[in-house]
Amino acid sequence: MTAWRAFTGKEFLEAVRTGKLALLLLVFLMLGIMNPAVAKLTPWLIESMAESMEETGLSVAATEVNAMSSWVQFYKNAPMALIIFALMFGGILTGEYQRGTLINIVTKGLARWKILAAKALALLAFWTGGYWLMFGLTWGYTVYFWDSVGIFHPVFGAFCVYLLGIWLISLLLLGSGIFRSGAAVLGMAGAGFVLSYLLGLIPAVRDFVPTRLLEASVLLTGAAAPEDFLFAAAAAGLLVIGNLLVAVVCFDQRPLS
Amino acid sequence: MDVLEITHVSKTFGKKKIIEDLSFSVPEHSVFGFIGENGAGKTTTMRMILGLLRKDQGQILVNGERVVYGQNRTNRYIGYLPDVPEYYGFMTPGEYLRLCGRVTGMEEKEIDKQSERLLELVGLAHQEKRIRGFSRGMKQRLGIAQALLNRPKLLICDEPTSALDPAGRKEILDILSSVRRHTTVLFSTHILSDVERICDEVAFLHQGSIALRGTMEEVKAARRGGGYEVEFFSPRDADTFAEVFREGRRTDRAVLRYDGRTEADMLQALRFLADRGIPVQRIELLEPSLEALFMEVIGK
Repeated sequence: MTAWRAFTGKEFLEAVRTGKLALLLLVFLMLGIMNPAVAKLTPWLIESMAESMEETGLSVAATEVNAMSSWVQFYKNAPMALIIFALMFGGILTGEYQRGTLINIVTKGLARWKILAAKALALLAFWTGGYWLMFGLTWGYTVYFWDSVGIFHPVFGAFCVYLLGIWLISLLLLGSGIFRSGAAVLGMAGAGFVLSYLLGLIPAVRDFVPTRLLEASVLLTGAAAPEDFLFAAAAAGLLVIGNLLVAVVCFDQRPLS
Repeated sequence: MDVLEITHVSKTFGKKKIIEDLSFSVPEHSVFGFIGENGAGKTTTMRMILGLLRKDQGQILVNGERVVYGQNRTNRYIGYLPDVPEYYGFMTPGEYLRLCGRVTGMEEKEIDKQSERLLELVGLAHQEKRIRGFSRGMKQRLGIAQALLNRPKLLICDEPTSALDPAGRKEILDILSSVRRHTTVLFSTHILSDVERICDEVAFLHQGSIALRGTMEEVKAARRGGGYEVEFFSPRDADTFAEVFREGRRTDRAVLRYDGRTEADMLQALRFLADRGIPVQRIELLEPSLEALFMEVIGK
Protein backbone atom coordinates (compact mmCIF):
# COMPACT_ATOMS: atom_id res chain seq x y z
CA MET A 1 0.00 0.00 0.00
CA THR A 2 2.86 2.38 0.84
CA ALA A 3 4.47 1.49 -2.47
CA TRP A 4 1.29 2.19 -4.38
CA ARG A 5 0.69 5.45 -2.51
CA ALA A 6 4.24 6.60 -3.21
CA PHE A 7 3.86 5.91 -6.92
CA THR A 8 0.46 7.62 -7.03
CA GLY A 9 2.00 10.59 -5.26
CA LYS A 10 4.63 10.71 -7.98
CA GLU A 11 1.87 10.99 -10.62
CA PHE A 12 0.40 14.05 -8.93
CA LEU A 13 3.80 15.62 -8.30
CA GLU A 14 4.60 15.10 -11.97
CA ALA A 15 1.37 16.77 -13.09
CA VAL A 16 2.07 19.74 -10.83
CA ARG A 17 5.78 20.18 -11.64
CA THR A 18 5.50 19.67 -15.38
CA GLY A 19 2.67 22.21 -15.47
CA LYS A 20 0.16 19.74 -16.89
CA LEU A 21 -2.27 20.20 -14.05
CA ALA A 22 -2.19 24.00 -14.42
CA LEU A 23 -2.73 23.68 -18.16
CA LEU A 24 -5.61 21.28 -17.65
CA LEU A 25 -7.34 23.56 -15.17
CA LEU A 26 -6.79 26.58 -17.41
CA VAL A 27 -8.28 24.85 -20.45
CA PHE A 28 -11.30 23.55 -18.58
CA LEU A 29 -11.75 26.93 -16.92
CA MET A 30 -11.85 28.57 -20.33
CA LEU A 31 -14.25 25.97 -21.70
CA GLY A 32 -16.50 26.45 -18.69
CA ILE A 33 -16.65 30.21 -19.07
CA MET A 34 -16.99 30.06 -22.85
CA ASN A 35 -20.30 28.21 -22.79
CA PRO A 36 -22.37 30.97 -21.14
CA ALA A 37 -20.19 33.70 -22.67
CA VAL A 38 -20.85 32.55 -26.22
CA ALA A 39 -24.57 32.38 -25.45
CA LYS A 40 -24.49 35.82 -23.87
CA LEU A 41 -22.52 37.41 -26.70
CA THR A 42 -24.42 35.88 -29.61
CA PRO A 43 -27.22 38.51 -29.78
CA TRP A 44 -24.70 41.30 -29.51
CA LEU A 45 -22.58 39.80 -32.28
CA ILE A 46 -25.55 39.33 -34.55
CA GLU A 47 -26.77 42.83 -33.87
CA SER A 48 -23.41 44.32 -34.73
CA MET A 49 -23.34 42.40 -37.94
CA ALA A 50 -26.98 43.05 -38.78
CA GLU A 51 -26.32 46.51 -40.17
CA SER A 52 -23.77 45.38 -42.70
CA MET A 53 -25.88 42.41 -43.57
CA GLU A 54 -28.91 44.60 -44.23
CA GLU A 55 -26.85 46.48 -46.75
CA THR A 56 -26.40 43.25 -48.65
CA GLY A 57 -30.12 42.64 -48.48
CA LEU A 58 -30.25 40.09 -45.69
CA SER A 59 -32.52 40.84 -42.81
CA VAL A 60 -31.71 39.38 -39.44
CA ALA A 61 -34.33 38.70 -36.85
CA ALA A 62 -33.44 39.40 -33.25
CA THR A 63 -32.32 36.21 -31.57
CA GLU A 64 -33.36 35.33 -28.11
CA VAL A 65 -30.95 33.53 -25.83
CA ASN A 66 -31.70 31.80 -22.57
CA ALA A 67 -30.30 29.22 -20.19
CA MET A 68 -30.83 26.52 -22.79
CA SER A 69 -28.50 28.30 -25.25
CA SER A 70 -25.74 28.12 -22.66
CA TRP A 71 -26.35 24.41 -22.02
CA VAL A 72 -26.44 23.69 -25.74
CA GLN A 73 -22.94 25.20 -25.89
CA PHE A 74 -21.89 22.99 -22.98
CA TYR A 75 -22.83 19.81 -24.84
CA LYS A 76 -21.27 21.11 -28.03
CA ASN A 77 -17.98 21.63 -26.21
CA ALA A 78 -18.06 18.36 -24.26
CA PRO A 79 -16.43 16.33 -27.07
CA MET A 80 -13.74 19.01 -27.25
CA ALA A 81 -13.06 18.55 -23.54
CA LEU A 82 -12.74 14.79 -24.04
CA ILE A 83 -10.35 15.23 -26.96
CA ILE A 84 -8.15 17.73 -25.12
CA PHE A 85 -8.03 15.42 -22.11
CA ALA A 86 -7.04 12.45 -24.27
CA LEU A 87 -4.33 14.46 -26.02
CA MET A 88 -2.90 15.68 -22.75
CA PHE A 89 -2.87 12.36 -20.93
CA GLY A 90 -2.87 9.71 -23.68
CA GLY A 91 0.87 9.20 -23.19
CA ILE A 92 0.79 8.83 -19.43
CA LEU A 93 2.07 5.25 -19.61
CA THR A 94 3.64 4.99 -23.08
CA GLY A 95 5.78 8.03 -22.30
CA GLU A 96 7.28 6.05 -19.46
CA TYR A 97 7.98 3.04 -21.72
CA GLN A 98 9.76 5.27 -24.15
CA ARG A 99 11.85 7.06 -21.55
CA GLY A 100 12.55 3.80 -19.75
CA THR A 101 11.61 5.25 -16.37
CA LEU A 102 9.47 2.27 -15.36
CA ILE A 103 12.35 -0.21 -15.43
CA ASN A 104 13.75 1.04 -12.16
CA ILE A 105 10.36 1.04 -10.50
CA VAL A 106 9.41 -2.44 -11.69
CA THR A 107 12.79 -3.94 -10.81
CA LYS A 108 12.34 -2.51 -7.34
CA GLY A 109 9.35 -4.74 -6.94
CA LEU A 110 6.26 -2.59 -7.58
CA ALA A 111 3.62 -4.94 -8.99
CA ARG A 112 2.59 -3.84 -12.44
CA TRP A 113 -1.11 -3.70 -11.70
CA LYS A 114 -0.33 -1.14 -9.03
CA ILE A 115 1.30 1.06 -11.64
CA LEU A 116 -1.87 0.89 -13.71
CA ALA A 117 -3.99 1.54 -10.65
CA ALA A 118 -1.94 4.63 -9.80
CA LYS A 119 -2.28 5.96 -13.34
CA ALA A 120 -6.01 5.22 -13.31
CA LEU A 121 -6.52 7.08 -10.06
CA ALA A 122 -4.52 10.07 -11.27
CA LEU A 123 -6.44 10.25 -14.55
CA LEU A 124 -9.73 9.91 -12.73
CA ALA A 125 -8.80 12.72 -10.35
CA PHE A 126 -7.68 15.03 -13.17
CA TRP A 127 -10.81 14.34 -15.21
CA THR A 128 -13.07 14.76 -12.19
CA GLY A 129 -11.43 18.04 -11.19
CA GLY A 130 -11.31 19.49 -14.68
CA TYR A 131 -14.75 18.39 -15.77
CA TRP A 132 -16.68 19.50 -12.73
CA LEU A 133 -14.80 22.80 -12.77
CA MET A 134 -16.06 23.30 -16.31
CA PHE A 135 -19.56 22.23 -15.33
CA GLY A 136 -19.57 24.40 -12.21
CA LEU A 137 -18.58 27.52 -14.11
CA THR A 138 -21.13 26.97 -16.85
CA TRP A 139 -23.82 26.20 -14.29
CA GLY A 140 -22.98 29.20 -12.09
CA TYR A 141 -22.97 31.75 -14.90
CA THR A 142 -26.06 30.25 -16.48
CA VAL A 143 -28.03 30.49 -13.26
CA TYR A 144 -26.73 34.01 -12.75
CA PHE A 145 -27.61 35.33 -16.21
CA TRP A 146 -30.83 33.53 -17.01
CA ASP A 147 -33.90 32.05 -15.50
CA SER A 148 -33.49 28.31 -15.25
CA VAL A 149 -37.16 27.45 -15.42
CA GLY A 150 -37.72 24.64 -17.91
CA ILE A 151 -34.22 23.12 -17.54
CA PHE A 152 -34.47 19.54 -16.40
CA HIS A 153 -31.77 17.30 -14.90
CA PRO A 154 -28.70 19.48 -15.58
CA VAL A 155 -26.60 17.52 -13.09
CA PHE A 156 -27.60 14.06 -14.31
CA GLY A 157 -27.01 15.19 -17.88
CA ALA A 158 -23.55 16.35 -16.95
CA PHE A 159 -22.95 13.09 -15.12
CA CYS A 160 -23.59 11.17 -18.34
CA VAL A 161 -20.75 12.99 -20.12
CA TYR A 162 -18.57 12.57 -17.02
CA LEU A 163 -19.13 8.83 -17.18
CA LEU A 164 -18.20 8.86 -20.85
CA GLY A 165 -14.92 10.50 -19.80
CA ILE A 166 -14.25 7.62 -17.42
CA TRP A 167 -14.87 5.22 -20.28
CA LEU A 168 -12.32 7.21 -22.29
CA ILE A 169 -9.80 6.86 -19.45
CA SER A 170 -10.28 3.09 -19.42
CA LEU A 171 -9.71 3.02 -23.19
CA LEU A 172 -6.51 5.03 -22.80
CA LEU A 173 -5.24 2.61 -20.16
CA LEU A 174 -6.22 -0.43 -22.23
CA GLY A 175 -4.37 1.03 -25.22
CA SER A 176 -1.37 1.73 -23.00
CA GLY A 177 -1.33 -1.90 -21.88
CA ILE A 178 -1.19 -3.06 -25.49
CA PHE A 179 0.73 -0.48 -27.53
CA ARG A 180 4.11 1.20 -27.25
CA SER A 181 3.34 4.60 -28.71
CA GLY A 182 1.08 7.37 -27.53
CA ALA A 183 -0.30 7.80 -31.05
CA ALA A 184 -1.47 4.18 -31.10
CA VAL A 185 -3.17 4.68 -27.74
CA LEU A 186 -5.04 7.73 -29.04
CA GLY A 187 -5.89 5.83 -32.21
CA MET A 188 -7.34 3.01 -30.18
CA ALA A 189 -9.42 5.36 -28.03
CA GLY A 190 -10.64 7.09 -31.20
CA ALA A 191 -11.51 3.73 -32.73
CA GLY A 192 -13.48 2.87 -29.59
CA PHE A 193 -15.56 6.01 -29.96
CA VAL A 194 -16.12 5.51 -33.69
CA LEU A 195 -17.17 1.90 -33.16
CA SER A 196 -19.56 2.90 -30.42
CA TYR A 197 -21.00 5.65 -32.61
CA LEU A 198 -21.46 3.33 -35.58
CA LEU A 199 -23.15 0.70 -33.43
CA GLY A 200 -25.38 3.47 -32.13
CA LEU A 201 -26.74 3.96 -35.64
CA ILE A 202 -28.46 0.57 -35.36
CA PRO A 203 -31.77 1.25 -33.63
CA ALA A 204 -31.79 -2.05 -31.73
CA VAL A 205 -28.56 -1.33 -29.83
CA ARG A 206 -28.75 2.46 -29.83
CA ASP A 207 -29.62 2.65 -26.13
CA PHE A 208 -26.76 0.37 -25.09
CA VAL A 209 -23.66 2.10 -26.48
CA PRO A 210 -21.52 4.47 -24.39
CA THR A 211 -21.52 7.31 -26.94
CA ARG A 212 -25.29 7.55 -26.43
CA LEU A 213 -24.32 9.42 -23.26
CA LEU A 214 -23.18 12.38 -25.37
CA GLU A 215 -26.79 12.98 -26.36
CA ALA A 216 -27.72 13.70 -22.76
CA SER A 217 -28.62 17.28 -23.69
CA VAL A 218 -32.09 16.06 -24.62
CA LEU A 219 -32.64 15.44 -20.91
CA LEU A 220 -32.53 19.15 -20.28
CA THR A 221 -35.49 20.00 -22.49
CA GLY A 222 -37.50 17.24 -20.90
CA ALA A 223 -37.64 15.32 -24.19
CA ALA A 224 -36.07 12.32 -22.48
CA ALA A 225 -36.00 10.92 -18.97
CA PRO A 226 -32.91 9.82 -17.01
CA GLU A 227 -34.14 6.22 -17.29
CA ASP A 228 -33.54 6.40 -21.04
CA PHE A 229 -29.81 6.65 -20.37
CA LEU A 230 -29.51 4.00 -17.71
CA PHE A 231 -28.61 1.20 -20.11
CA ALA A 232 -25.92 3.26 -21.80
CA ALA A 233 -24.53 4.26 -18.40
CA ALA A 234 -24.52 0.66 -17.22
CA ALA A 235 -22.85 -0.46 -20.45
CA ALA A 236 -20.17 2.20 -20.04
CA GLY A 237 -19.61 1.10 -16.43
CA LEU A 238 -19.22 -2.55 -17.40
CA LEU A 239 -16.89 -1.67 -20.26
CA VAL A 240 -14.74 0.38 -17.90
CA ILE A 241 -14.28 -2.63 -15.61
CA GLY A 242 -13.64 -4.95 -18.57
CA ASN A 243 -11.12 -2.58 -20.16
CA LEU A 244 -9.19 -2.21 -16.93
CA LEU A 245 -9.04 -5.97 -16.34
CA VAL A 246 -7.76 -6.62 -19.85
CA ALA A 247 -5.30 -3.75 -19.46
CA VAL A 248 -3.84 -5.36 -16.32
CA VAL A 249 -3.42 -8.73 -18.06
CA CYS A 250 -1.79 -7.16 -21.14
CA PHE A 251 0.48 -4.90 -19.13
CA ASP A 252 1.69 -7.84 -17.02
CA GLN A 253 2.78 -9.70 -20.14
CA ARG A 254 4.57 -6.96 -22.02
CA PRO A 255 8.34 -6.69 -22.15
CA LEU A 256 9.50 -3.37 -20.77
CA SER A 257 12.76 -3.12 -22.60
CA MET B 1 27.09 -19.77 -1.63
CA ASP B 2 26.09 -18.59 -5.08
CA VAL B 3 23.91 -15.49 -5.23
CA LEU B 4 23.08 -16.09 -8.85
CA GLU B 5 22.79 -19.38 -10.69
CA ILE B 6 21.98 -19.61 -14.36
CA THR B 7 21.48 -23.06 -15.85
CA HIS B 8 20.93 -23.93 -19.51
CA VAL B 9 19.19 -20.69 -20.41
CA SER B 10 18.30 -19.97 -24.04
CA LYS B 11 16.63 -17.03 -25.69
CA THR B 12 15.69 -16.33 -29.29
CA PHE B 13 14.40 -13.13 -30.82
CA GLY B 14 12.48 -14.09 -33.92
CA LYS B 15 14.84 -16.44 -35.71
CA LYS B 16 17.97 -15.07 -34.12
CA LYS B 17 19.43 -17.03 -31.27
CA ILE B 18 20.80 -14.53 -28.76
CA ILE B 19 21.54 -16.80 -25.81
CA GLU B 20 22.30 -20.48 -26.26
CA ASP B 21 22.50 -22.91 -23.36
CA LEU B 22 24.05 -20.36 -21.02
CA SER B 23 25.17 -21.57 -17.60
CA PHE B 24 27.20 -19.83 -14.94
CA SER B 25 27.02 -18.84 -11.31
CA VAL B 26 28.21 -15.89 -9.29
CA PRO B 27 29.63 -16.51 -5.79
CA GLU B 28 28.84 -14.17 -2.93
CA HIS B 29 30.95 -11.05 -2.31
CA SER B 30 32.75 -11.09 -5.59
CA VAL B 31 32.97 -8.55 -8.35
CA PHE B 32 32.03 -10.54 -11.40
CA GLY B 33 32.95 -9.18 -14.82
CA PHE B 34 30.61 -10.13 -17.62
CA ILE B 35 32.52 -9.48 -20.79
CA GLY B 36 31.43 -9.55 -24.39
CA GLU B 37 31.24 -7.57 -27.60
CA ASN B 38 28.32 -5.32 -28.28
CA GLY B 39 25.41 -7.56 -29.13
CA ALA B 40 26.85 -10.65 -27.45
CA GLY B 41 23.75 -10.91 -25.25
CA LYS B 42 24.91 -9.27 -22.02
CA THR B 43 21.92 -6.96 -21.63
CA THR B 44 19.53 -9.72 -22.66
CA THR B 45 20.93 -11.99 -19.95
CA MET B 46 20.64 -9.27 -17.32
CA ARG B 47 17.07 -8.48 -18.25
CA MET B 48 16.16 -12.15 -17.97
CA ILE B 49 17.70 -12.24 -14.48
CA LEU B 50 15.48 -9.28 -13.59
CA GLY B 51 12.37 -10.95 -15.00
CA LEU B 52 11.97 -8.18 -17.58
CA LEU B 53 12.39 -10.58 -20.49
CA ARG B 54 10.95 -14.05 -20.93
CA LYS B 55 13.50 -16.85 -21.35
CA ASP B 56 12.76 -19.71 -23.72
CA GLN B 57 14.47 -22.41 -21.68
CA GLY B 58 16.46 -23.01 -18.54
CA GLN B 59 16.35 -21.77 -15.02
CA ILE B 60 17.60 -18.71 -13.18
CA LEU B 61 17.97 -18.69 -9.40
CA VAL B 62 18.58 -15.53 -7.42
CA ASN B 63 19.54 -16.21 -3.81
CA GLY B 64 18.09 -19.67 -4.29
CA GLU B 65 14.69 -18.47 -5.54
CA ARG B 66 13.41 -18.99 -9.07
CA VAL B 67 12.97 -15.95 -11.31
CA VAL B 68 9.52 -15.81 -12.93
CA TYR B 69 8.91 -13.53 -15.92
CA GLY B 70 6.56 -10.61 -15.22
CA GLN B 71 6.82 -11.17 -11.47
CA ASN B 72 9.37 -9.43 -9.37
CA ARG B 73 9.67 -11.23 -6.07
CA THR B 74 13.31 -12.11 -6.64
CA ASN B 75 14.05 -8.49 -7.48
CA ARG B 76 14.01 -7.64 -3.80
CA TYR B 77 17.48 -9.19 -3.61
CA ILE B 78 18.71 -7.24 -6.61
CA GLY B 79 19.86 -3.71 -7.22
CA TYR B 80 19.92 -2.83 -10.91
CA LEU B 81 21.74 -0.10 -12.75
CA PRO B 82 20.55 -0.04 -16.39
CA ASP B 83 22.98 0.95 -19.15
CA VAL B 84 21.26 4.28 -19.63
CA PRO B 85 19.46 4.92 -16.35
CA GLU B 86 16.35 7.07 -16.71
CA TYR B 87 14.64 8.87 -13.87
CA TYR B 88 11.80 11.27 -13.34
CA GLY B 89 13.46 14.51 -14.36
CA PHE B 90 11.12 16.63 -12.28
CA MET B 91 12.41 15.17 -9.01
CA THR B 92 15.52 15.92 -6.97
CA PRO B 93 17.87 12.99 -6.17
CA GLY B 94 16.57 12.87 -2.59
CA GLU B 95 12.96 12.72 -3.74
CA TYR B 96 13.76 10.01 -6.23
CA LEU B 97 15.48 7.85 -3.63
CA ARG B 98 12.51 8.35 -1.31
CA LEU B 99 10.17 7.10 -4.06
CA CYS B 100 12.44 4.11 -4.70
CA GLY B 101 12.65 3.32 -0.99
CA ARG B 102 8.90 3.42 -0.53
CA VAL B 103 8.34 1.32 -3.64
CA THR B 104 10.70 -1.33 -2.24
CA GLY B 105 8.90 -1.26 1.07
CA MET B 106 11.68 0.18 3.22
CA GLU B 107 10.96 1.96 6.48
CA GLU B 108 11.06 5.74 6.43
CA LYS B 109 13.91 5.92 8.92
CA GLU B 110 15.93 3.43 6.93
CA ILE B 111 15.25 5.38 3.73
CA ASP B 112 16.53 8.58 5.34
CA LYS B 113 19.63 6.90 6.66
CA GLN B 114 20.49 5.04 3.45
CA SER B 115 19.73 8.02 1.18
CA GLU B 116 22.04 10.24 3.15
CA ARG B 117 24.81 7.67 3.22
CA LEU B 118 24.54 6.75 -0.46
CA LEU B 119 24.23 10.29 -1.78
CA GLU B 120 27.36 11.03 0.19
CA LEU B 121 29.08 7.96 -1.29
CA VAL B 122 28.30 8.92 -4.89
CA GLY B 123 29.00 12.59 -4.31
CA LEU B 124 25.48 13.91 -4.76
CA ALA B 125 24.78 14.99 -1.18
CA HIS B 126 23.01 18.34 -0.79
CA GLN B 127 22.16 18.32 -4.47
CA GLU B 128 18.87 20.19 -4.70
CA LYS B 129 18.90 20.47 -8.48
CA ARG B 130 16.26 18.48 -10.32
CA ILE B 131 17.51 15.39 -12.14
CA ARG B 132 16.58 16.90 -15.52
CA GLY B 133 19.72 19.05 -15.41
CA PHE B 134 22.11 16.21 -14.56
CA SER B 135 25.09 15.14 -16.67
CA ARG B 136 25.57 11.53 -17.81
CA GLY B 137 28.08 10.91 -15.02
CA MET B 138 25.80 12.34 -12.34
CA LYS B 139 22.93 10.18 -13.59
CA GLN B 140 25.16 7.14 -13.52
CA ARG B 141 26.20 7.90 -9.93
CA LEU B 142 22.59 8.44 -8.88
CA GLY B 143 21.94 5.10 -10.58
CA ILE B 144 24.35 3.38 -8.23
CA ALA B 145 22.77 5.08 -5.23
CA GLN B 146 19.27 3.92 -6.17
CA ALA B 147 20.54 0.43 -6.95
CA LEU B 148 22.18 0.08 -3.52
CA LEU B 149 19.33 1.67 -1.60
CA ASN B 150 17.72 -1.48 -0.24
CA ARG B 151 21.05 -3.17 0.53
CA PRO B 152 20.74 -5.72 -2.29
CA LYS B 153 22.55 -9.04 -2.18
CA LEU B 154 23.30 -8.70 -5.87
CA LEU B 155 24.09 -5.50 -7.71
CA ILE B 156 23.70 -5.76 -11.47
CA CYS B 157 25.32 -3.02 -13.54
CA ASP B 158 24.88 -2.93 -17.28
CA GLU B 159 27.91 -1.25 -18.85
CA PRO B 160 28.14 1.33 -16.09
CA THR B 161 31.27 2.98 -17.47
CA SER B 162 30.79 2.87 -21.24
CA ALA B 163 29.47 6.35 -21.74
CA LEU B 164 31.73 8.13 -19.31
CA ASP B 165 34.98 10.07 -19.57
CA PRO B 166 38.09 8.66 -17.79
CA ALA B 167 37.48 10.66 -14.61
CA GLY B 168 33.85 9.58 -14.44
CA ARG B 169 34.87 5.97 -15.10
CA LYS B 170 37.36 5.97 -12.29
CA GLU B 171 34.73 7.33 -9.88
CA ILE B 172 32.24 4.62 -10.79
CA LEU B 173 34.84 1.84 -10.55
CA ASP B 174 36.01 3.09 -7.17
CA ILE B 175 32.45 3.08 -5.89
CA LEU B 176 31.77 -0.41 -7.25
CA SER B 177 34.88 -1.84 -5.72
CA SER B 178 34.13 -0.15 -2.38
CA VAL B 179 30.73 -1.82 -2.07
CA ARG B 180 31.97 -5.40 -2.54
CA ARG B 181 32.11 -5.94 1.22
CA HIS B 182 28.32 -5.64 1.49
CA THR B 183 27.15 -6.98 -1.81
CA THR B 184 28.01 -9.02 -4.86
CA VAL B 185 28.53 -7.11 -8.07
CA LEU B 186 27.76 -8.46 -11.53
CA PHE B 187 28.89 -5.98 -14.08
CA SER B 188 28.94 -6.15 -17.83
CA THR B 189 31.37 -4.29 -19.98
CA HIS B 190 33.42 -4.32 -23.10
CA ILE B 191 36.10 -2.09 -21.57
CA LEU B 192 38.74 -4.59 -20.52
CA SER B 193 40.89 -2.32 -18.42
CA ASP B 194 37.87 -1.78 -16.14
CA VAL B 195 37.61 -5.51 -15.63
CA GLU B 196 41.29 -5.86 -14.82
CA ARG B 197 40.97 -3.05 -12.33
CA ILE B 198 38.19 -4.38 -10.11
CA CYS B 199 36.99 -7.88 -10.99
CA ASP B 200 37.66 -11.08 -9.04
CA GLU B 201 36.00 -13.33 -11.56
CA VAL B 202 35.24 -12.99 -15.21
CA ALA B 203 33.18 -14.71 -17.86
CA PHE B 204 33.50 -14.08 -21.57
CA LEU B 205 30.22 -14.22 -23.38
CA HIS B 206 30.55 -15.03 -27.03
CA GLN B 207 27.76 -15.91 -29.46
CA GLY B 208 25.31 -16.48 -26.66
CA SER B 209 27.31 -18.76 -24.42
CA ILE B 210 30.28 -18.62 -22.05
CA ALA B 211 33.52 -19.04 -23.94
CA LEU B 212 35.82 -18.74 -20.94
CA ARG B 213 35.36 -18.18 -17.25
CA GLY B 214 37.16 -18.27 -13.91
CA THR B 215 39.02 -16.03 -11.51
CA MET B 216 41.25 -13.42 -13.09
CA GLU B 217 44.32 -15.52 -12.25
CA GLU B 218 42.84 -18.72 -13.63
CA VAL B 219 41.75 -17.11 -16.83
CA LYS B 220 45.11 -15.56 -17.41
CA ALA B 221 46.98 -18.74 -16.45
CA ALA B 222 44.89 -20.79 -18.82
CA ARG B 223 46.51 -18.97 -21.68
CA ARG B 224 50.16 -18.95 -22.59
CA GLY B 225 52.52 -16.45 -20.99
CA GLY B 226 52.62 -12.95 -22.22
CA GLY B 227 56.40 -12.83 -22.71
CA TYR B 228 58.93 -10.31 -21.52
CA GLU B 229 60.43 -7.00 -22.55
CA VAL B 230 63.95 -5.61 -22.05
CA GLU B 231 64.95 -1.95 -22.27
CA PHE B 232 68.68 -1.31 -22.73
CA PHE B 233 70.69 1.84 -22.18
CA SER B 234 72.02 1.84 -25.71
CA PRO B 235 70.87 0.40 -29.04
CA ARG B 236 74.25 -1.32 -29.31
CA ASP B 237 73.56 -3.44 -26.22
CA ALA B 238 70.22 -4.32 -27.73
CA ASP B 239 71.97 -5.48 -30.90
CA THR B 240 74.31 -7.73 -28.94
CA PHE B 241 71.41 -9.27 -27.07
CA ALA B 242 69.35 -9.73 -30.20
CA GLU B 243 72.13 -11.68 -31.86
CA VAL B 244 71.78 -14.41 -29.27
CA PHE B 245 68.11 -14.13 -28.51
CA ARG B 246 66.59 -14.01 -31.95
CA GLU B 247 62.86 -13.74 -32.77
CA GLY B 248 62.58 -10.63 -30.65
CA ARG B 249 60.71 -7.57 -31.81
CA ARG B 250 62.16 -4.05 -31.68
CA THR B 251 59.46 -1.90 -30.20
CA ASP B 252 61.85 1.03 -29.77
CA ARG B 253 65.52 1.78 -30.57
CA ALA B 254 66.72 0.13 -27.36
CA VAL B 255 63.71 -1.99 -26.49
CA LEU B 256 63.27 -5.65 -27.36
CA ARG B 257 60.08 -7.57 -26.86
CA TYR B 258 59.69 -11.37 -26.74
CA ASP B 259 56.06 -12.42 -27.00
CA GLY B 260 54.74 -15.70 -25.70
CA ARG B 261 57.77 -16.51 -23.51
CA THR B 262 57.62 -17.97 -20.04
CA GLU B 263 59.23 -16.95 -16.77
CA ALA B 264 61.97 -19.57 -17.34
CA ASP B 265 62.80 -17.91 -20.65
CA MET B 266 63.19 -14.59 -18.90
CA LEU B 267 65.47 -16.07 -16.23
CA GLN B 268 67.68 -17.42 -18.97
CA ALA B 269 67.90 -13.97 -20.47
CA LEU B 270 68.76 -12.49 -17.08
CA ARG B 271 71.58 -14.99 -16.69
CA PHE B 272 72.95 -14.04 -20.08
CA LEU B 273 72.82 -10.34 -19.24
CA ALA B 274 74.63 -10.92 -15.95
CA ASP B 275 77.30 -13.10 -17.56
CA ARG B 276 78.02 -10.58 -20.27
CA GLY B 277 77.75 -7.64 -17.91
CA ILE B 278 75.19 -5.85 -20.03
CA PRO B 279 73.31 -3.26 -17.97
CA VAL B 280 69.60 -2.86 -18.56
CA GLN B 281 67.31 -0.02 -17.69
CA ARG B 282 64.31 -2.31 -17.26
CA ILE B 283 63.33 -5.93 -17.73
CA GLU B 284 59.71 -6.86 -17.32
CA LEU B 285 57.56 -9.98 -17.42
CA LEU B 286 54.52 -9.19 -19.54
CA GLU B 287 51.19 -10.44 -18.28
CA PRO B 288 48.85 -11.83 -20.88
CA SER B 289 46.49 -8.95 -21.48
CA LEU B 290 42.78 -9.42 -21.25
CA GLU B 291 42.63 -7.73 -24.59
CA ALA B 292 44.65 -10.53 -26.19
CA LEU B 293 42.49 -13.12 -24.46
CA PHE B 294 39.38 -11.41 -25.64
CA MET B 295 40.57 -11.38 -29.22
CA GLU B 296 41.50 -15.03 -28.93
CA VAL B 297 38.07 -15.90 -27.55
CA ILE B 298 36.16 -14.14 -30.27
CA GLY B 299 38.55 -15.60 -32.84
CA LYS B 300 39.96 -12.45 -34.37
